[in-house]
Amino acid sequence: MRFLARPAQYLALALYLVFLGFPLLWLISASVKSSRELNSLDVSLVPNEWHWENYTEALSRQGILHSAWNSLVVALVSTALVIVIALPASYVLARLRGRVRAAGVGWILVSQVFPVVLVILPLFLILRTIGLADSLVGLTLVHVTYMLPFALWMLQGYVSAIPVELEEAGAIDGASRFTVLRTIVFPLLTPGIVATAMFSFVSSWNEFFFALVLLQSPDNYTLPITLKMFIGGEGKVALGPLAAGAVLAAIPSIAFFTLLRRRLTGGLMAGAVKG
Amino acid sequence: MTPTLVEKPQASRPAPRRRRGTAVRARRREAIALVMPSLIPILVLSVAPLVIALALAFTDARLVRNPDYDFVGLDNFGNLIDNALFWDSLRIGLIWTVGVTVLQLAASMGLALLLNSGLRLQGLTRVLALIPWAMPPVVVAIMWQMIYSANGGPLNAVLGSLGLPGDTNWLGDFSAALPAVIVVGVWVGMPQTTVTLLAGLQQIPAELHEAASMDGAGPWRRFTAVTWPSLRPIVTSITSLNFIWNFNSFSLVYVLTEGGPGGRTMVPVLFIYLEAFKNRNIGYAAAMGVVLVVIVVFLLALYLRSQFRHDRVERKG
Repeated sequence: MRFLARPAQYLALALYLVFLGFPLLWLISASVKSSRELNSLDVSLVPNEWHWENYTEALSRQGILHSAWNSLVVALVSTALVIVIALPASYVLARLRGRVRAAGVGWILVSQVFPVVLVILPLFLILRTIGLADSLVGLTLVHVTYMLPFALWMLQGYVSAIPVELEEAGAIDGASRFTVLRTIVFPLLTPGIVATAMFSFVSSWNEFFFALVLLQSPDNYTLPITLKMFIGGEGKVALGPLAAGAVLAAIPSIAFFTLLRRRLTGGLMAGAVKG
Repeated sequence: MTPTLVEKPQASRPAPRRRRGTAVRARRREAIALVMPSLIPILVLSVAPLVIALALAFTDARLVRNPDYDFVGLDNFGNLIDNALFWDSLRIGLIWTVGVTVLQLAASMGLALLLNSGLRLQGLTRVLALIPWAMPPVVVAIMWQMIYSANGGPLNAVLGSLGLPGDTNWLGDFSAALPAVIVVGVWVGMPQTTVTLLAGLQQIPAELHEAASMDGAGPWRRFTAVTWPSLRPIVTSITSLNFIWNFNSFSLVYVLTEGGPGGRTMVPVLFIYLEAFKNRNIGYAAAMGVVLVVIVVFLLALYLRSQFRHDRVERKG
């Protein structure tokens, strides 16, 4: 497609790059500016003096490290659980025809339509009844449940790509279904599992709404909630350390997404388009 | 001869059928065992809450310790009809959703076409284009608050240096806040749409474009005659998904403005959240949620129907 001449195309691309990239650049620049420079009216992207103390201050702020630890535990545990749970089910979803598949795919789609704000009301009541409302265990379970549809969708796409003949060969050699799964299917799925796991980790690490509603005691806050409390609660906030904290919170997600890049452009949508 | 020919297979049929029956049952049992671990959390933490939420909508439940609530029939929905604030928030929600979804599609289509036309800097662009998708919504909101900052913000600085008014309080101004928030929504949602459209573009056979240009079609004609029709199914599905996601999105607006200034960015999910967890009327809030779902499903059905009808007309013509 060539609507525009090359120079015009590059100009358009440059505009996109600025739109997409500048906000992050600005955040990083703010994270290394002194508060005097941040409050001055003399605005520049490159800081006059590099003020790395924002990072040590953000880390020493009570709460940031602790809530980062909470986020990490919730994200790791819920990712592991999602994979273990979704793997066998995604196999069924991909291989079996008929009503099971229709119901599964149907649920995955329906689960997208319902606003979480409607679901959170009874969810909060249920978790409060079993004593898991203000707890990281409860949050982990909720994350697992709401990451499942996407994980199932992604994994079943990868399962569909494995030729059935491989499994049949295993079955002819006398292997049971579970042996076939363990020795043939799951090993071939490794790239798909890695991609799904990274995606799940990022979803949980970034998640805000459930954590906001469920967690009440600051001791249980995950990183996004602690960052939000910095803006909201303390009135005039120190921008430098806030920016530094925000950069630190974004690093794991951006790192994983960069690694995932090829799979996001290829695998993810291949499954979606085929479905 | 004929009877025996017919009878023979009949006589031998029952045995394999029974064997197949047990095999099917065994497979079904296996399938259930494999699905169960996923099914239980979905049933307990996803389906059950949904059913309870529907039931809550017909009660006067409040979010208190030891709640005791009554069935009130359609009272909540009746009260909702007179709740001007709710309808106002619905109007804002629709502006937000349609605005973000349409601009997302337009911006992403442009970027996808650029990324598909063999320019340099592709690698860099593709990495950068994914960053908004990866970032935690809270960080996105903090970041854009700095961009939009009334004094010392880079946006105002740039506008000021161009001789334009450089003192707009973007997120605090009654008329600027909603557009400003929509831009952030577009920024966040662009990557996923771009990636999807790009995957679609790459599946269009080059021969189609060549054939079209041999017939003398210019770039615009080729876009309308080749690219757009081939992309249609993908555009329909990503637009539907974006519509739902944007309508239901909470975190971004909540952290950016908390619905302010003066409720100008009070999208419905935020309104419901406040009704449930600030005013503690969860029955009433659930009723609002149900209305929301009905509206989304209705609009989606309308959109999909028009798309399918369009397809049919096109195929006939």
